Amino acid sequence: MAEYEFDTEGVKKTFTFMNRKAPYGTVYALEVLETVLISAAFEQHANIVFVDDGVYQLKAGHDTADIGMKNFSPTFGIIEMEKEDADEDEDIDMVWRILVEKESMEARGLSEDDFKVDIEVVTAAELADIVDASDCVIGG
Amino acid sequence: MLHTVNKSPFERTSLDTCLRLAKKGSAILLIEDGVIAAVKGTAESAKIEGAVGNHPIYVLGPDLKARALPEDQVIDGVKVVDYAGFVDLAEEHGAHNAWL
Amino acid sequence: MKFGILINEGPFTHQASDTAYHFTKAALEKGHEVPRVFFYYDGVNNANKFSAPQADDRNLVKLWGDLAAEKDVDLVVCVAAGLRRGIDEASLADGFRISGLGQLVEAGMGCDRLMMFGD
Repeated sequence: MAEYEFDTEGVKKTFTFMNRKAPYGTVYALEVLETVLISAAFEQHANIVFVDDGVYQLKAGHDTADIGMKNFSPTFGIIEMEKEDADEDEDIDMVWRILVEKESMEARGLSEDDFKVDIEVVTAAELADIVDASDCVIGG
Repeated sequence: MLHTVNKSPFERTSLDTCLRLAKKGSAILLIEDGVIAAVKGTAESAKIEGAVGNHPIYVLGPDLKARALPEDQVIDGVKVVDYAGFVDLAEEHGAHNAWL
Repeated sequence: MKFGILINEGPFTHQASDTAYHFTKAALEKGHEVPRVFFYYDGVNNANKFSAPQADDRNLVKLWGDLAAEKDVDLVVCVAAGLRRGIDEASLADGFRISGLGQLVEAGMGCDRLMMFGD
C-alpha cells in the first residue's frame, strides 16, 4: 500500500500517554515511553500520566540484574531532559507534564519522595479534566 | 471523550479506574470482556448501576451476544449499540480513551 | 471524519484486532475515512504472512490485507516492535508496510480521532 500523506503542517495537539501497568511484568511501559520520545520530534504537547500500577514505573532504584531484563528507568532521565528543554527554550512550543494520580500513589503507600523524576501530583478529579481536554490518548 | 472498557470487573480494575477518572458527562462504552459489567444481578452490577446517573453508558451488542448475555439482562439505562453505533459514539464524543 | 487506528495486540490471544477490524469496517461503511492503521507491541503479529489459522477460523492477517487493498487503508507496522518479534520484509504479509513510530504520532495529528485497541 502507498503511504498516506497527512497534512500535519502547523498541527499542534495534546497527547496523553497513559501508563497503568507495573514495569517488567509486561512490555507496555517501555513501548509507551518510546512513543513519548518520538512525539517530541513532532513538537506536540504531552501529558505523561501514571495511574494504577503505572506509578511503580517511576520508583527510584530499579535493579533488573537478577531478572536479566533491560532496566528502562534511565529513559525517564531522557524524558525529563526533553521536558526541561521545552520549558526553557522559548523557540520550542511544546508543553510536557509528568503527572501522577494522588489516589493511585497513596493507595500503594508511595509519596513523591519515592520517584526518580520530578512529577506533578494531581487528584483524580484534576486528572479527569486534564485527560478530557487532550486530543489523543495512547497507552498500553 | 469516549471511554471504552474491555475488561471484566471480576478480573481487573480497569472499570474502577475509568469510573474514577472519567469526567462527569463523558460517555462510556463497554466492549469485549467489559460487557460483563453491564449485566444485572451480579456481584459487580452496582458499579454501572451507580454510574448511569453520571455518564451516558453503552454496551456493545455483538460482545453480549457472543457471551450468551441477553440484552434483557442489561442494567437499566445502559444502551446496546452495534459496531456502527460504536463509530457514531466516537464521532460524537471526541477523543477515545481506552481503559485496557 | 478521519479515524486513525492503533492496534496493540496480535490476532489470536486477544480480541483487540477483531474489534478494531469491525470498527474500521463499520466506519468505512458509514462513509468515514480510515487513512491509517498502526500496529504496535504484539499488534505487529497481525502482519505475519506465515500465520496459518485453521480453515474454520477467521484469518485477520488476510482480512486486514484485503481491506487495505479494497479501501486503500495504509497498514503500518512499527519497525522496532516488529524486529523484536521477527516481523521484517521477509515475513511481512501483503498489504502492510514497515515504518517508524513517527507514523503513529502523525496519524494522531492528522486524524480527527485516534482509536486504540489493546489488552
